[in-house]
Amino acid sequence: MSKKSLVETTINGEAVEFLCEPRQSLLECLRDVLEMTGSKEGCLTGDCGACSVLIDGRAVCSCLMLGVEAQGKNIRTVEGLADGNALHPLQQKFLEHASLQCGICTPGFLMSATALLERNSEPTEAEVRYALAGNLCRCTGYDKIVRAVLDAAKSMKSGVRTSRAA
Amino acid sequence: MEGTNSNGKFKVIGTRPIRHDGVDKVIGRAKYGADYAFPGMLHGKVLRSPHAHAKIKSIKTDKALKLPGVKAVVTAADLPQADDKIEQAGEMAINPRHLSMNILAHDKALYDGHAIAAVAATSPHIAEEALKLIEVEYEVLPPVMTVDVAMKPGAAILHPTLRNREEGDKQTNVANHIQFKRGDLEAGFKAADFVIEREFNTAMVHQGYIEPHNAVGIYNADGQATIYCSTQGAFDVRSLSAQVVGVPVGKIKVVPAEIGGGFGGKTTVYLEPLSLLLSKKTGHPVKMVMTRGEVLRGSGPTSGSKIKVKMGATKDGKIVAAEVWMAYEAGAFPGSPVGAGAMCILAPYTIENLQIDAYDVVVNRPKTAAYRAPGATNAAMAGETVVDEIAERCGIDPIELRVKNGVKEGSPQVVGPPFKAIGFIETLDAIRNSDHYKSKLSGPHQGRGVATGFWFNAGMQSSATVNIHTDGTASVVTGSPDIGGSRASMAMITAEVLGIPVTDVRPLVADTDSIGHTDVTGGSRVTFATGMAVYEAAQDAARQLRERAAKVWEVKPDEVELHDGTVSLKDPASVEKGEGKPPMSIKELATKLARTGGPITGRASVNARGVGPAFATTLVDVEVDPDTGKVQILRCTVAQDVGKAIHPSYVEGQMQGGTAQGIGWGLNEEYFYDDKGILRNTGLLDYRMPTCLDLPLIETAIVEVANPGHPLGVRGVGEVSIVPPPAALANAIYRAVGVRMSETPMSPPRLLKEILKKRATDETQSAAAD
Amino acid sequence: MHAFSFESPSTLAEALKIMKANGDKARPICGGTDLIIQMRAGVRQPAVIVDIKKVKEMRELKFSPKSGLKLGATVSCIDVAENADMRRHYPGLTEAAHLIGSLQIQNRASIGGNLCNGSPAADTTPALIALKAKARIAGGKATRDVPVEEFVLSPGRTVLKPGELLVQLLIPAPAPHSSDAYLRFIPRNEMDIAVVGVGASVTLAGGVVKAARIGLGAVAATPLVADKAAESLIGKKLDESALATAAQLASEASSPIDDMRGTAEYRRHVTGVLTRRALTIAAERAQKH
Repeated sequence: MSKKSLVETTINGEAVEFLCEPRQSLLECLRDVLEMTGSKEGCLTGDCGACSVLIDGRAVCSCLMLGVEAQGKNIRTVEGLADGNALHPLQQKFLEHASLQCGICTPGFLMSATALLERNSEPTEAEVRYALAGNLCRCTGYDKIVRAVLDAAKSMKSGVRTSRAA
Repeated sequence: MEGTNSNGKFKVIGTRPIRHDGVDKVIGRAKYGADYAFPGMLHGKVLRSPHAHAKIKSIKTDKALKLPGVKAVVTAADLPQADDKIEQAGEMAINPRHLSMNILAHDKALYDGHAIAAVAATSPHIAEEALKLIEVEYEVLPPVMTVDVAMKPGAAILHPTLRNREEGDKQTNVANHIQFKRGDLEAGFKAADFVIEREFNTAMVHQGYIEPHNAVGIYNADGQATIYCSTQGAFDVRSLSAQVVGVPVGKIKVVPAEIGGGFGGKTTVYLEPLSLLLSKKTGHPVKMVMTRGEVLRGSGPTSGSKIKVKMGATKDGKIVAAEVWMAYEAGAFPGSPVGAGAMCILAPYTIENLQIDAYDVVVNRPKTAAYRAPGATNAAMAGETVVDEIAERCGIDPIELRVKNGVKEGSPQVVGPPFKAIGFIETLDAIRNSDHYKSKLSGPHQGRGVATGFWFNAGMQSSATVNIHTDGTASVVTGSPDIGGSRASMAMITAEVLGIPVTDVRPLVADTDSIGHTDVTGGSRVTFATGMAVYEAAQDAARQLRERAAKVWEVKPDEVELHDGTVSLKDPASVEKGEGKPPMSIKELATKLARTGGPITGRASVNARGVGPAFATTLVDVEVDPDTGKVQILRCTVAQDVGKAIHPSYVEGQMQGGTAQGIGWGLNEEYFYDDKGILRNTGLLDYRMPTCLDLPLIETAIVEVANPGHPLGVRGVGEVSIVPPPAALANAIYRAVGVRMSETPMSPPRLLKEILKKRATDETQSAAAD
Repeated sequence: MHAFSFESPSTLAEALKIMKANGDKARPICGGTDLIIQMRAGVRQPAVIVDIKKVKEMRELKFSPKSGLKLGATVSCIDVAENADMRRHYPGLTEAAHLIGSLQIQNRASIGGNLCNGSPAADTTPALIALKAKARIAGGKATRDVPVEEFVLSPGRTVLKPGELLVQLLIPAPAPHSSDAYLRFIPRNEMDIAVVGVGASVTLAGGVVKAARIGLGAVAATPLVADKAAESLIGKKLDESALATAAQLASEASSPIDDMRGTAEYRRHVTGVLTRRALTIAAERAQKH
């Protein structure tokens, strides 16, 4: 075991500090140190995207980043997508379109889709599929996920923010 | 249906409400097995065999135990004796000795990845370091990796005591031979105008759930234990863990966490007994999570197989005889789904003369576990491509050929009584009526293929309770872990029966103490059997509500009815004391429960009969790059008879998900072992599952031919859609580039090899013709 | 993972000092998308990890039409993919960077890291070779420039000596009527390691090929330059016969193995197919410049 260092970051808009060994990945720090278990572990090799978070607005696999590399970074996770009790349009559309079955891949998809829609407000189906190619889903065949993202794009363009689903 | 709304149409069933557990899942709050943490918790890791086949001469754990932070190390020596015979554990037939040997190897390592020892330490990193300090002495033996090698005389033997009925006292790797026979095979082939004989090989594949296996075992000082885990069956985990560790079933509570995919692979145990054992030894909760490499090496993929099909038909397209030889890899211990494969392979067709010989063969690979319609996909790859060839030979459209030979109500099954009402032909019609079918292909090297799948579905045991709350809302409690949105359907059935809004019903998935015995979520059985239990429990609650209203009104219960969430007198005028008794909503009645007899709980337990089998037909368009063998899926439509779609969105989801898995199975997924029997692709980089960019939107056609055995006509939807895609793809590839594939996966190197072979043959032939 | 210490130097001098002090026990980290996987697998176990992402010279992307491209070793693949100069002047290298892994990987990984990982199947290396790129290495007695095709010695091993760091990749300015292309074969549509990778650059003059260069990946123990194939095109029109010859020679230059991603036979065949296609695309682009 090597000495722990202090890492200072911003997570979902809040200043957060945590202690970790250099060998602890950002995913491990989020889940085990900070108890933010929304980001999931699927493969630890960057092949499934279940651990996707946003670093300075870009989707990354948190399993392939060391906790110490998060020093000074702006991190967004699925826990920060909703605005209090107002779901993000992507979250709302995922529910309406039944885009989740077991739901384990959902946080990763939501983060990748958020990064996409913040850069490209009118993606085509092909652009959506390319942006989500790093997120594996084994339950849905992706159909309803793609539909939800395209529908959320429309929603976001018209500036609609929804309240928590009934 | 008693208790539904007044005009006889469903109010809730068939609609698409937002699932009750949805918000928690999209905000990251839902707790999956690996999300649990407890004070004082230790972390467990498993040491796995690096050899495919080896005698274990010794295991030394003292160095590992000395590492600071390590609290316990366990091996098979810490497990109780287990019997080498078949017995019931829950509803499953298992061999306790084999189960125990798979959890921790006894005297032999039987596959690369076989669990040898387990460690509990204060951090997962320390536990990992401790594994390196465990010293195991192996005597490496020759690996037996395929059914061909395993069945050859003189093959290395995995289990010296394994016998089958036919070979007497001879040591063997063939655990079982099942045979189905009907009619007169010889006469059948004589009557055929032509006979087609083909041989197929399908590679071992994995269910590929995104969430690795996990368990937290907590063994208390008083001998009571709790296991938290992601599982398809909490009651199975309980009985299997009790069996392996030697703790009484009644002392274990299993809490099913949310589960991140299972597809059959999480219907058994791997880490659960180990976490319990380590907790028993250390007095601390012990959490264990598999890495992806461990999932691939050390859980339960499904069988690779060799299948030989010989079919005879008349030139007008009637299949008159079929002979099948199939051998499936069971993995290190007996129990492949070859029997199910045999029951499914030609099930969609009425064939008078039939013989199927099915062999369950052990090999040095992980013990296979269920994977969505286990055994049927392998079988359909063989059967459905030969059927396609028959259609081509006869010059008949492949769908028309299936209509001609297809089973209907009253047709015989391979095993069991004739079919009751089924929707096979209806799925063929649905495909023919689809936009996809009516569209035209537009480019070179494009082809369209069709195939059909059958799965018999399961009934088994389920329990349910419906509690009426003091405000007239309800909760419905079941023991069926929800992998695909089923708890929403349970709420919908309850709401429909009681006549209240679906948002007034809260569905719960309970632990093994809080609900009666419930068999696994699997076998396409939850909406069928647990739905049946829920229906009956809701009816029970409805009956009690009517009785309570009768008590309030001082009339007889059979004079009260419940419609649209309201109790009322059937005929107030004809009832003594009937005047002045207006209808009461359940909300109102709920306020009167305490002083009229107490709370109302409806309950039911079923061992569900009346199972309705499932058929799916899949149509797929592909484009093949003839210079690289790469296949693109242009369009895909799946039609499936589900009996009754309770929540159509989740029914569509099952159809699309199974189709996507079947596509991966057909195109790129396989286990690569080297010649030493070591698994080479231990990650998702080289175990290639379809990404978002590999699939188009998947069109669905829900067919509803009501299952007469279920009060709502439900048949079950979860599995059969995985069965047709590999064969449908093979048939489409044939039409695109003229080669018939007989191996899965039909990966680019394999397909290109066949394309180049054909090109060479065509060139020779045309040169000869010149 | 094994225990290691983590350094985060702010300047190149500081980074080189740490690298020198620790010799072969130190390894730099940029995107971590290979290194972290290797450390988890126990394949690499450096005692010291040096985060070089703050080093100024490594973060910069500088292009001028006269002197060409200075691409810092830690510039991320996504920054390359979104850079207008890169897309216009080096579309092949850019598309190689945009093909690696997924967006999540591209957001962290760098072309420099892709090269230093030393995989024969690296996507950007064949494209770099096609562009006659040089690797600028600091930390030895003097800064040295090594042609990219000489950089990888064997799978996982490069010319970098203990204490050295790749600082930049230098690519000549594109001549008039020049362009490049990169194609790779993978079984799926994303997320796979290249089964075959071909980078091609072509300069046209008066309707014939004036210069050409072909880099091959995943078909030998290291990335290759297919000299004979490129030479066969000089002075010729890029017609069916020229392409067929080049494709054949590229195939012959490869020495692939059988593995779980493809057979040797398959790779040889596809090398020819992709060489032909990459040359065609590069030529089409070259005509527009």
